[in-house]
Amino acid sequence: MKILVAVKRVIDYNVKVRVKADGSGVETSNVKMSMNPFDEIAVEEALRLKEAGTAEEIVAVSMGIDRCQETIRTALAMGADRGILVQTEEELEPLAVAKLLKALVERESPGLVIVGKQAIDGDHSETGQMLAAILGWPQGTFASKLEFETDSVNVTREVDGGLEIVKLKLPAVITTDLRLNEPRFASLPNIMKAKKKPMETLTPAELGVDVTPRVTVVEVVEPPKRKAGIRVESVQALVEKLRNEAKVI
Amino acid sequence: MDFTLSHEQQLIVETVRSFVERELYPHELEVERTDRVTPELAKNIKRKALEAGLYAANMPEALGGGGLDAVSMALMERELGRASMALQMLVARPSNILQACEGEQIDEYLLPTIRGERLECLAMTEPGAGSDLRSMSTRADADGDDYVINGTKHFISHADLADYVVLFAATGEEQTARGPKKKITAFLVDKGIEGFSVRDGYHSVSHRGYHNSILEFDDCRVPASKVLGDVHCGFDVANEWLSATRLQIAAMCVGRGQRALELCTEWAANRRQFGQPIGRFQGTSFKLADMAMELKAAELMTLETAWRLDRGTMRDEDAAMAKLYATEMLARLTDDAVQIFGGMGLMDELPLERLWRDARVERIWEGTSEIQRHIISRALLRPHES
Ligand SMILES: Cc1cc2nc3c(=O)[nH]c(=O)nc-3n(C[C@H](O)[C@H](O)[C@H](O)COP(=O)(O)OP(=O)(O)OC[C@H]3O[C@@H](n4cnc5c(N)ncnc54)[C@H](O)[C@@H]3O)c2cc1C
Repeated sequence: MKILVAVKRVIDYNVKVRVKADGSGVETSNVKMSMNPFDEIAVEEALRLKEAGTAEEIVAVSMGIDRCQETIRTALAMGADRGILVQTEEELEPLAVAKLLKALVERESPGLVIVGKQAIDGDHSETGQMLAAILGWPQGTFASKLEFETDSVNVTREVDGGLEIVKLKLPAVITTDLRLNEPRFASLPNIMKAKKKPMETLTPAELGVDVTPRVTVVEVVEPPKRKAGIRVESVQALVEKLRNEAKVI
Repeated sequence: MDFTLSHEQQLIVETVRSFVERELYPHELEVERTDRVTPELAKNIKRKALEAGLYAANMPEALGGGGLDAVSMALMERELGRASMALQMLVARPSNILQACEGEQIDEYLLPTIRGERLECLAMTEPGAGSDLRSMSTRADADGDDYVINGTKHFISHADLADYVVLFAATGEEQTARGPKKKITAFLVDKGIEGFSVRDGYHSVSHRGYHNSILEFDDCRVPASKVLGDVHCGFDVANEWLSATRLQIAAMCVGRGQRALELCTEWAANRRQFGQPIGRFQGTSFKLADMAMELKAAELMTLETAWRLDRGTMRDEDAAMAKLYATEMLARLTDDAVQIFGGMGLMDELPLERLWRDARVERIWEGTSEIQRHIISRALLRPHES
């Protein structure tokens, strides 16, 4: 089986995100960028499937500007076999990404697509679901465990009420949750090998996909600052404030 | 001039940083308090380092090492330097001097050390010979095809854990302009052979859990095949292979300094006194500014020296300057960092007091600050000597 994993270049999760002065978006210049943490989990899961003999080849794909190659190289350094970059300067919305992934699925015919449940920048949590819908494939979202059978996979999903297990016929789309695995760090020999692994660059036009944005961002603002607390004199005063000022009881 | 790191170098930094944070930091406090790394913990960390391919990263790829160049190595040392000495040494970087191994020495010493099956230590210093190594009194006398070694070495790091020692001993004397000087030869000597014993050394204020030992040689007989490099050429071998060690110290000091600065920046931003974060007081904020500036200077010197080493243009004074500046920078920085933390800076709940204590030895070993200044000034003045 071949596995396609999608990896997105996002602002590193440790960085304190700042809104640009003109409110048009968030500051990304001179900011540390990394692979979306949920995508690291997707790569790790694919690697484990390969190590277990369930998969033979792992293709890491990313979409966006030239530097997304670095994110793909990171996946290759973790152990993925080859990379595909769909290069575009366009701001990509989840539907556009899903369409590009669909085009790549048609070219590559993988048995499984693994993507993060969401990217930590836009927090959309839509791409995997849209991809499954337009492919007409089954989907196992928010996966915390995968168990493979001959032509199906049992996916344990983290849902509000607890855990749900769904059985999907392959090929399928999986989106990863935090507890699926703990991603490895790229080993030194794999880092050195990554440069020699094949990487292909395509454009949305070559894949016949229109990625024109459909949503206009009106404004981006920082969340309101938390105000400092106050000290109240007595329990009565506290109850009074909770009831009449905060209106929570 | 291009200071950009390659993507591989960035990944190496990330991998080593994750390794340090996940596998080493969690054990630091225990090591500080017990002055010991348990054999199980040591085995575990070593296994993980081998799995991650971080073990022997400095050694050539053809020999099974990581094949990193000096700049990448300096970056790796910087990250490893953040963690306690006793823990980070388990991600071993075998002494480069082992690359002088020839013939059977390669299979017996070099390769198993790269694979993590054996561990070396390096013995030059003696109770009577520190900075002035050529005055050493440990002797190796030729006797037929053998050498017979007598003498005492002290301050020998991790000799308690090592399987063998790269030993420097006098094999003769020569007349020089400045009087008689010893001719020195390097030997590979296995622990456990007759006439060689290792005793506990002293308790150091720096690097808890990382011990030094006293080595005693009493008519210890080794065959001539144990000579590393050529007879009488011990210092040539050392000079050829050990210059990177000063760079390693500089890089580790930069990493430690970065960790200390991160800790006290966060503290300065959050600790409130007199109604505001202490970072708003100039007495604190200017210290932070100086720390960041000196740290950057030390890092640039270290990386530039590594870059020279890669090109074969590193001079003795380059490595001396990087070592000298980075170690003295770390002393000032950790002292100020403790000051910014106030009393908490001295408590072992935080790694700061350790960083402060550990900084002290860096100005002494691998050539004291005075010896480094001597090297630098000698290079300046030499062209003017008649
Ligand atoms: C924790 C620890 C671990 C060590 N590990 C090892 C090891 O593994 N292997 C090993 O071989 N050695 C090791 N050493 C030894 C270390 O390299 C020596 O301590 C160092 O070289 C200084 O020697 P010394 O301590 O004898 O001091 P000395 O040489 O006696 O120096 C004392 C003082 O005199 C000054 N001085 C000496 N000569 C001059 C001069 N010409 N000009 C100006 N000032 C001078 C020095 O700078 C210093 O301030 C270790 C030391 C320590 C503390």
